[in-house]
Amino acid sequence: MPIMAEQTVGKPFSIITQPGFTAMATLCFILLYAPLIALVIYSFNAGESIAVWHGFSWRWYESAINNREIQQATVRSLQVAGFATLVSTTVATMAALATTRSKPFKGQTVVYALINQPLMVPEIVTAVALLIFFATIKVATGYTGMAYLLFAHAAFCIPFAYLPIRARLEGMDLTLEHAAADLYATPWNAFKQVTFPRLLPGILAGAMLAFVISLDDVVITLFVAGPGQETLPIYMIGQLRRIVTPEMNAVSSLFLLVSAILVSIFFVLNRKKK
Amino acid sequence: MTPEANLVNEDPLSKEAGKRRWLLLSPGLFIILFAAAGPLLIVLAYSFLEKGSYAGVVWNVSTEAWFNVFLEKDIFDDTVSFADAHLSIFLRSIKLALMATVLAFIVGFPTAYFIATRPARTRNIWLFLITIPFWTNLLIRTFAIMEIVRNEGVINTVLIKFGIIDQPIQMLFTDFAIAVGLLYVYLPLMVLPLYASIEKLDFRLLEAGFDLYATRWKVLKRVIFPLVKPGVIAGSILVFIPAIGAYVTPRVLGGGKNLMLGTLIEFQFGQGRNWPLGAALSVTLLAIVMIALIIYVKNTTSQNAHHG
Repeated sequence: MPIMAEQTVGKPFSIITQPGFTAMATLCFILLYAPLIALVIYSFNAGESIAVWHGFSWRWYESAINNREIQQATVRSLQVAGFATLVSTTVATMAALATTRSKPFKGQTVVYALINQPLMVPEIVTAVALLIFFATIKVATGYTGMAYLLFAHAAFCIPFAYLPIRARLEGMDLTLEHAAADLYATPWNAFKQVTFPRLLPGILAGAMLAFVISLDDVVITLFVAGPGQETLPIYMIGQLRRIVTPEMNAVSSLFLLVSAILVSIFFVLNRKKK
Repeated sequence: MTPEANLVNEDPLSKEAGKRRWLLLSPGLFIILFAAAGPLLIVLAYSFLEKGSYAGVVWNVSTEAWFNVFLEKDIFDDTVSFADAHLSIFLRSIKLALMATVLAFIVGFPTAYFIATRPARTRNIWLFLITIPFWTNLLIRTFAIMEIVRNEGVINTVLIKFGIIDQPIQMLFTDFAIAVGLLYVYLPLMVLPLYASIEKLDFRLLEAGFDLYATRWKVLKRVIFPLVKPGVIAGSILVFIPAIGAYVTPRVLGGGKNLMLGTLIEFQFGQGRNWPLGAALSVTLLAIVMIALIIYVKNTTSQNAHHG
């Protein structure tokens, strides 16, 4: 890393640089990445241990990929995240269209508070609330399927999808929409041919965040998922009770890879805006 | 916030536009009311009910759960005393969340300052490096910390190898492990708002300070800190709120004994079989978070008013 080169002895007095800050920043980046790097390294350990190095091997990746429970949990995670992303991005786009580029409207504060509610309330509180509420519905209707988990995920993904879409919309002026209206486009046609194509990067960024957030969720899923509805993080937290083998590191490393790719795509999408 | 040109003209059709707005909002609001916000009211209601003998509740109004949040009655002589078990968990949660916040500031402030003083081209790369761990799975990051601090983990292995210690130091399942874990997972939330504040800093003011014979420490204390205070408050609240309500970190790194509010609430809905108490604890946690949020909102609105 080139950051250490910044403070060479004998440099003229710098107004901006603060003593020790560069060292602390270096430490911060090491702190952030060292545990993750150690985790990935030990996923390639040939031995059973996550502490003693026995040489390089793909063995734990093979065992993770061939593990039936991991396969099922992964597929379920992807299904839930796919559904939650589709639903939350759609309704968040509609909500963003309704709440941006207009004068303040009646009830605006309440609407914002509701949309951002999943960001403000601690997850454990929402999880407990959903446990109670869904338990009541389960008793009343007898339905115990996946719908509870799917809608819980869709709900807490909404603000994450909403914020980038809204940010994108706010940066777009209404001139082109007015022009479309002047040329007798119906509101739907104006949206489809003028607004939507320009909004698309924001929508994709929102969808990406929603997908990552749904994939990562532990707390709400733990309380809402019924028997046989384990997602990958729930399977993983269950495994921590037993002796941890590098198989967990292998699953985690693959998970990290997927997240890193998705977040990188998000950054590229967001950067094009500028 | 929105430029004047972006405002929709209040035309005769505005009534229709209003209707369309609510039509567009309704699916999103419905999902949130159904699967996030609405059930919170049920939690409040449950906190005023009697607990069922197995689990769940009996539909009788009772303030027993709220009584039990802070107080306990001796089963032999009915004397009332503070519920030490719960109070110590409250105090531990607040203590660990504050520790994580202060540590995050100590590490995060120089880091944010460092990024803000990079050439504009490379700043985004540094920010990206801060953000990447934040968007990766929280459970996996906690798991990574667990592998570092456990008895057979990296720290103990290295210390034993170099002969500094004979026996591994027990770090996993202690408050120390939880504090480190909270610091690790929420650090980016401190750096990002601090960066946003420092980036706006007018560095000519530092020069003015030095011209007036201020020392580096004086400039930091009297010029930089007052100007970036909104960022400091925002970052502190953003770390404190998720830290005090954390569940995954205390569960994985604290084990069964070192509970925080999040794991205590879960216990009441699981083995504890005291749903009303769990509900009352949830409402209490929510209240703490709301107070922190109000401080945050007041701070950001006064900041906006100042700039506008």
